[in-house]
Formats: sequence, structure tokens, C-alpha cells
Amino acid sequence: IFTLQTFGDPGKMKDYHYTGPVEHRFSPYAFNGGTVLAVAGDDFAIVASDTRLSEGYSIHSRDSPKCYKLTDTTVIGCSGFHGDCLTLTKIIDARLKMYKHSNNKTMTSGAIAAMLSTILYGRRFFPYYVYNIIGGLDEEGKGAVYSFDPVGSYQRDTYKAGGSASAMLQPLLDNQIGFKNMEGVQHVPLTKEKAVQLVKDVFISAAERDVYTGDALRICVITKKGIDEQTLPLRKD
Amino acid sequence: MALEDLCHFRDIFQEDITTERFSIASAISSQESPSAFPLPTNLPFTSSQTVPLPFPMAHGTTTLAFMFQGGVLAAADTRSSCSGLVACPASQKILPIHSHLVGTTSGTSADCMLWKRILARELRLYQLRHSRRLSTRGAAKLLSHMLHPFKGTELCVAATLCGWDGGELFYVCSDGTRLEGMLFSVGSGSPYAYSILDQGVRWGLTVEEATSVAREAVYRATHRDAYSGNFVDVFHITSKGWTRRKREDLKEEYYREKESD
Repeated sequence: IFTLQTFGDPGKMKDYHYTGPVEHRFSPYAFNGGTVLAVAGDDFAIVASDTRLSEGYSIHSRDSPKCYKLTDTTVIGCSGFHGDCLTLTKIIDARLKMYKHSNNKTMTSGAIAAMLSTILYGRRFFPYYVYNIIGGLDEEGKGAVYSFDPVGSYQRDTYKAGGSASAMLQPLLDNQIGFKNMEGVQHVPLTKEKAVQLVKDVFISAAERDVYTGDALRICVITKKGIDEQTLPLRKD
Repeated sequence: MALEDLCHFRDIFQEDITTERFSIASAISSQESPSAFPLPTNLPFTSSQTVPLPFPMAHGTTTLAFMFQGGVLAAADTRSSCSGLVACPASQKILPIHSHLVGTTSGTSADCMLWKRILARELRLYQLRHSRRLSTRGAAKLLSHMLHPFKGTELCVAATLCGWDGGELFYVCSDGTRLEGMLFSVGSGSPYAYSILDQGVRWGLTVEEATSVAREAVYRATHRDAYSGNFVDVFHITSKGWTRRKREDLKEEYYREKESD
């Protein structure tokens, strides 16, 4: 097993110690921050993201949501490098249209997930720097969440957090939705109202502790009736 | 299915292997050039250095497989780590390729998942074109030759293919290794797993004994190796195909052991 060199943590403060002359190569990537979260219930799915677009110490925009609607039953959340997010969503939209025209039906969430995996892997040696999470309803109408890594490895989950605050949010979701790391607790199935409240609380916590998350929260709730969007303000500092 | 009718295909998965008719199969018809989806198209031939990535990949695992009188047994942990963060505590590292072939994966999870999918597609196409299933030995050779153009790049796939043509076990690695054997363990936790397996595996094991040796080996490896953990998956392959044991949480096992001390 070999590990890949990482050339400095993206977007984090560099050390100010002088270690000698350093050659700076042009990096085609930038880190634009942002957190995405998706939760699947019995008959609903929620995809939520913050709306801050940052780079280094600056904020480019306070209103750049990271959830993109793909079909009536599927929403994708993309965070990471904004340029790759935009291109990737354009490519997915084009492929959705092509599928619709050749097969005369809309792509299902599972099919979109499998297709995205191959699109990402096609760029295995110059990857899209995007952390994707797809949330939607499967063919039976149950909620489905598919989480990806930047090169296309994916699987179906019940809940997943991705982006800059993912390491802070995922343990909280494991505990509250997965009932992990607790003993003797009754496993109550998650209702839509409780899930939306949980997502709001979780993002408020993320905005407190992660500098790249904040400004506003966009929540998309997907049910068989359609996609319902809400926006909630978060800390702007 | 339409493609099956076109190829006058007879589904032999349900039939006993001894009734297959063997055609003098030519070499597998060359697949389309790597520019057909989903093989990676931009091999880094032009630049001497690859693009430096700003994120780490998912690595680290314990997988094992061995043959015994009751078939082939494959076991793996389920932790997928990404330089210090557990990216996924419940990933699937043993992927079924078809009803009688299962592959364990180790290395970069995206590479393993996609190459297994490509292998499954090629095996299915072979089966449709030649009216017989490709042997495990053939599948191992096919995978090894498909990975060869990417030798020297950062692809990291270390798979053991466990199949039933009378029971076969092969280890294929992206650096070009292709080995046949009776027992393999792959991954960062493999040294710990090997110690349990070398002591416990014999040809004459029953299915229950073999399952418990495999589980024990993965458990010990997850205990000592930081990059392995969470659950254990066990697959058993026989002439009737593969069966999967229910995924087990190793946390319970650890507490059971503590209590009995």
C-alpha cells in the first residue's frame, strides 16, 4: 500500500518558518470550501449545503449554493473546487438529456450514481476535485443517498456529510441518525420534520467551528410530491 | 435478453460445469481502445510529473482468501480510510463479479471498484461471445493484462479472485504480479492475518471451522492495524455459487473477549 504525496493541506494556513527555497508549481486546483450534507428517510431525502464560496482568506460570494437539481427526484451536492463543480454538473446535465433522448425515460438515482462514478473515474489521472453526494428517491420511493470520493468510488448510505466540515459533522450524524456509540437507546425511525431540524442544528454547529462554512443554509427536501427548497441564515463571520 | 438471442446464447450458469462445451476460443476479441468509457483516457504520458493532488485517496485494509475442502472462503474488513480519517466504516471490499466469482479488493477503493466493474463487463461479453464462462485463471490473466498499460502510474489495485472451476484462487496486483495459490492475505493488516491463518488453515476444515478461522484472522488484524476495522464480511464460494455471511460488528467480539478475561 503506498500513500500519495499531498502538496500541503488545501486552503489551510501555511507555516511561516523558512525551510529553504521552495519551487511553486502552478496548481490547477483551488479550494473553495463549503459543506454538503444528505440524509435519506423512508419516503424522503434531504440535501443541504451552505452557500459560502471562499478562497484562502477571502469570501467570493455569500450566495453560492452547492445543491444542484438534476431530475424531479434527484439533487446533487458538490463541494470542493468550484470550477470543477460547475463543469461536472454541466456534464451530468448533458448526459441526463442524452439518456432521456435515447431511452425515453428519466434516469433513476441509482443510475445517475453509477454514471457519475464512471465520469469521475474517466479522469483518474487528473481528477475532478469535487466531493459529491447525491440525494434522491429510488424506484421504490424510498430515500437514497450516494456518496462519492473525487475519483469515483461510491456507495449507498443513509446519511453522509461531505466538504470542509465533513469530519466534524459525520460523527454527529453517526450518533443522532445511526444511533452509534450509544448503548440502550431505542432506534426511532427518522421523520421528515425531525430530519430537517437536525440538519439545521448540525449546520449551525458547523458554521461555529469551520471557517469555510457559513452565510446561509439551503435545504432541498425531496419527496414524491417534488423538491421543496428552504433557505436559512447562518453566521456571516 | 436481446443480446443473448443475437448471440444464440445458452445460459450455462445454471448448468453443471462438466456439461459445458468447449470451443476452441480465439483470444478474447480486443476490446475497444481505452478511449471507450470508462477507462481513464488521460494517461500521463506527456508530463513527466503527474498533477499534484490536493486530497488523499482511500487506502488501507485487511483481506484474505483461502481454499479448503469445502470450497473457497474470502473475508475482509470494512474500513475505508483516507490518511487518518475513516471515510467509510461500512464499505464493501468483497465484490461479487458473477455468480461463481468473487473478488476481494485492496488498494485505492475507486480503482478496485471500477476495475472490478470493467472485469465483470468483459467476462460477461466473453460469455456471450464464446458460449462458455471464462475460468478464474482466465479472468485473472484478463485483469492482469488490462491493468498492464497503467503500470507505473498511481493505480493501486491488489485483488484476489476466488472462483469455482473446481475451486481456484488467484492474486492479481496492479504492478503486474499474478499468482496462483491456496492462501492469500492482502493489505496493511495482512501480516497479522497471516499469523492466524498459517496456524489455523488446513485442507480438512469444515465450513464452520474455516469461517471462524477467517473471522478470527480479520478480527486480530483489525485489532492491531489502525487502518482496518469496523465490520467483517465473509463470503463462501462452492460449486453452487457464492453465499454471503451476515456482516458482523467486531466491537461485539472485542467486548465478548474482554468479559471472558
